[in-house]
Amino acid sequence: MAVCSIKYMINRALSEVFSSLVNRTSLKCETIGTFIYGDACSSRHVGLEREEYRMKKNKKQVIPGLTLTMGVTIAMLSIVVLIPLASLAVYSSKLGIREFFEVITRERVLSSFYVSFITAFVASIVNAIMGIILAWVLVRYDFPGKRIMDGMIELPFALPTAVAGIALTSLTSDTGLVGRFFGQFGIKIAYTRIGITIALIFIGIPFVVRAVQPVLEKLDSSYEEAAMVLGAKPAVIFRRVIFPELMPALFTGTGLAFGRCLGEYGSVVFIAGNKPYYTEITPLIIMSELQEYDYASATSIALVMLFVSFLILFAVNTLQAHNSKRIRGGNSR
Amino acid sequence: MKTDKKEKKEWIVKLLLIGISILFLAVMLILPLFVVITEALKKGWEFYISAITDEYTVKALILTIQATVIAVFFNTIFGLCAAWALTRFHYRGKKILTTLIDIPVTVSPIIAGLIYILVFGKQSALYPLLQQLGVKIVFAVPGIILATIFVTFPFVSRELIPVLEAVGTDEEEAAALMGAKGMTIFWKITFPHIKWAFLYGVVLCTARAMGEFGAVSVLSGHLRGKTNTLPLHVEILFNEFQYVSAFAVSSILVILAIVLLVIRSIVEYRGKKET
Repeated sequence: MAVCSIKYMINRALSEVFSSLVNRTSLKCETIGTFIYGDACSSRHVGLEREEYRMKKNKKQVIPGLTLTMGVTIAMLSIVVLIPLASLAVYSSKLGIREFFEVITRERVLSSFYVSFITAFVASIVNAIMGIILAWVLVRYDFPGKRIMDGMIELPFALPTAVAGIALTSLTSDTGLVGRFFGQFGIKIAYTRIGITIALIFIGIPFVVRAVQPVLEKLDSSYEEAAMVLGAKPAVIFRRVIFPELMPALFTGTGLAFGRCLGEYGSVVFIAGNKPYYTEITPLIIMSELQEYDYASATSIALVMLFVSFLILFAVNTLQAHNSKRIRGGNSR
Repeated sequence: MKTDKKEKKEWIVKLLLIGISILFLAVMLILPLFVVITEALKKGWEFYISAITDEYTVKALILTIQATVIAVFFNTIFGLCAAWALTRFHYRGKKILTTLIDIPVTVSPIIAGLIYILVFGKQSALYPLLQQLGVKIVFAVPGIILATIFVTFPFVSRELIPVLEAVGTDEEEAAALMGAKGMTIFWKITFPHIKWAFLYGVVLCTARAMGEFGAVSVLSGHLRGKTNTLPLHVEILFNEFQYVSAFAVSSILVILAIVLLVIRSIVEYRGKKET
């Protein structure tokens, strides 16, 4: 935005100089403009831009309903989101800084941060890989049952997390179908960090697939064809031509999945077994502080989590803005 | 000869990738569903029927439906208004508003519960006032509904905004200049464009509202028959080692989820066909 308006100002100044030049030297100002600044900033373009700018500024909003819809939006946003979040801020400002650090550096809390982070991280990596494969299969291949498969991707989204939690737990416990199989090799899944990771993979997979899928669908196949004609191997084509195009969407999807996984409670609480220092995730610590009515500690830990999730939201949004700008052709206006 | 080899190789890759996908989905998604159904029917049909017609189960189901309907109603109204306000007008601060609306998705459900406790709970400044009015929010039904609204807050608006932005404002402007009233513009011009996206958003919202666990769990207080939703009831039964009953109750939620997914697929398919 800022860059654009500066560019606009420079262009305007230049076009004035040029037009005075034209009077004297009878040179076409457009040629100079093109000569110096390339096509995009030719002086005719400058004039057009100015016109558009004026129109946009003076455009009257004829569509009705701004006050009503804006009123409802702001009111509900305040009641549901802003006031409660503000109360968190107010409440935490009552806590001393020393108290805050004392709470969040407790060994049990620190190890819960570690467990939450590492399980969400591993789950996100698995989801990124599986997400690309699933999206690829759903977009590029045709096979019977594809539509059912496509519909199923959103199952983790629609299935209540508690149901997913108990189902995965009974599946991976020592007596369960999967648990018995892995038990032969001495691998325990339920009530370990592996179990938490499995639950988080379940929760996160639709985010990645649904982020990558539309980009893959819209991908222009002419680059691939060009690469193929030039003799590139399929693996090289994927790595050098397709993958770079998918990267931003993949990061967005994985980022969203990661954020969701960090805060996930319902599906993890059953499979984790909740052993302190080993499988106790951060939301669980907050929950147990709440059950003991220790709101100060709960709020302190929640603040750390909120900070991290806002960081992720910010990163994802920045990436998305950058991304859509690129798709629209680099014009930020 | 060379192309033959290449084609064969591509076939192998294709089969391999489809195989991996099917295996992954079968283990991660279908197997858990299968477990829910088999475990629920472990003690036979009669036990299953008695488990799902149990007094507390029915009460939990009613509360779940109640909370879901109210939450979806409010979020639908909010979604329509927010989408209209965010796509039909030009003003500063639009981006901030969009981000604020998206906050509930990134916040952990436990934190969602916590913030309502801080606003309406015993240590809050509002608490004496609420008590005078005789309103109970925390550990009561209103708290559950609030938590459900929070968790599914941006679902409808997020589906509508991209569609409305893609459609543009020309048609509405023309209608307004010709003297059409707001409601007429909305129903005659805007709504036909967003019909499928709207339904899609409502279905997603319903699915999430029905299954919300974390935030509701913080605010509910777990009073059986009073503030127990279906997912919470599943938790209680599971923790009491009544596994078969827990899975029987879960099966209700599974069936609801599958029904919603089927509706979702139909809506998406019809929407794609029309455009």
